[in-house]
Amino acid sequence: MSYKFRLDIFEGPLDLLLYLIKKNEIDIYNIPIAVITEQYLEYIEVMKSLNLNLAGEYLVLAATLIHIKSRTLLPVHDEDDTEDEEDPRDELVRQLLEYKTFKEAALNLDSMTLLGRDIFRREFSDEDGDEEAERPVKEIGIFELVEAFRKMVAQSAAPELMEIDVEKISLSERINEIIDELNEKKTLTFTDLVGELHDKMRLVYTFLAILELVKLRIIKAYQTVSYGTIRISLAVEK
Amino acid sequence: MDNLKAVVEALIFVSETPLSLSKMMEIIGDSEKDAIAGVVNDLLVDYNNRDGGIFLIEVAGGYQFRTKERCAPWIRQLRATRPKALSQAALETIAVIAYRQPVMKSEIEKVRGVDVSGIVKGLMEKNLVRIVGRKDVPGRPIIYGTTKKFLEIFGLKDLSDLPTLKELEE
Repeated sequence: MSYKFRLDIFEGPLDLLLYLIKKNEIDIYNIPIAVITEQYLEYIEVMKSLNLNLAGEYLVLAATLIHIKSRTLLPVHDEDDTEDEEDPRDELVRQLLEYKTFKEAALNLDSMTLLGRDIFRREFSDEDGDEEAERPVKEIGIFELVEAFRKMVAQSAAPELMEIDVEKISLSERINEIIDELNEKKTLTFTDLVGELHDKMRLVYTFLAILELVKLRIIKAYQTVSYGTIRISLAVEK
Repeated sequence: MDNLKAVVEALIFVSETPLSLSKMMEIIGDSEKDAIAGVVNDLLVDYNNRDGGIFLIEVAGGYQFRTKERCAPWIRQLRATRPKALSQAALETIAVIAYRQPVMKSEIEKVRGVDVSGIVKGLMEKNLVRIVGRKDVPGRPIIYGTTKKFLEIFGLKDLSDLPTLKELEE
């Protein structure tokens, strides 16, 4: 069977399924699972042969479809009475309908008059106003942080040799810890977060966490005096 | 106050973000609340009737001057920068966050059927999405919500200004 292949990349396996359902004019509440599974698998094969990068989720859904298909083919077992009353397609249909709703929501958002695309507001030059006050800090922020960090590492070099710290730490954990501390204490200095640490791993992770949080605009790092104490606080929404 | 309307108009013009009534009261005086609200309404009517290139909009809990849509092509030339469009994936993701907030990444992924880490990160960098906190369940996963900028970009007064999901289905 040859398909008129739409080379738009689908937004994921659910998107592909919805496309197949629409193309075949299938009633989503009564999906002929065998047909759909077959077409879906053929699409996967074509995409693979075109060397299109297939996200793992496509294969997960393929397995799910095959599983549902097998359940519809198997004879009813007397012991599992309650389980068989539910249509094996139900969960999939629910998921498809939910995704479909949000696809509509996305289209709706795109159809709105967007600031910066359809309508515009005054552009504010950076000469007067907050931007300028923030900019010097942001611009030198990274270098200041690196310099402060370098000092910390140099100081902590000695103790590290004596400690064998088996504690495993992940970057996201450290990020969460920092957010928690800031929620509690509102403002922290760079030294507060990094000063006490002897474990080099933790030092590095803390530093990376701070950089990431600044990039994501979750926290703000600023100095009141050049080369002064670096303070960190949660970026508050105006 | 004399020429209150002019003062309010000027304040809105100069404000970088949509100016709220409360902020106006802060500057002008709490006692003038009704007068200010009245004057804002007058301005809304004025600009509506004016048929000019600018109009006054109530957005993100405040008021802001914006250009009319039909002037967009010319303004784009003036700005000379292409606005970075949101991809379909980004739109779907932000739709889920907007309607379901506060929401965990895993919940978003359940709806879209794909990994959303990169997209969420991108949306946060654009300041459309923010971390709201962490859910009080084992693992303490991060929960996300939309920002004030999201309201500004999409021209919404507040989150309830979004069409309900039911309305969209029709």
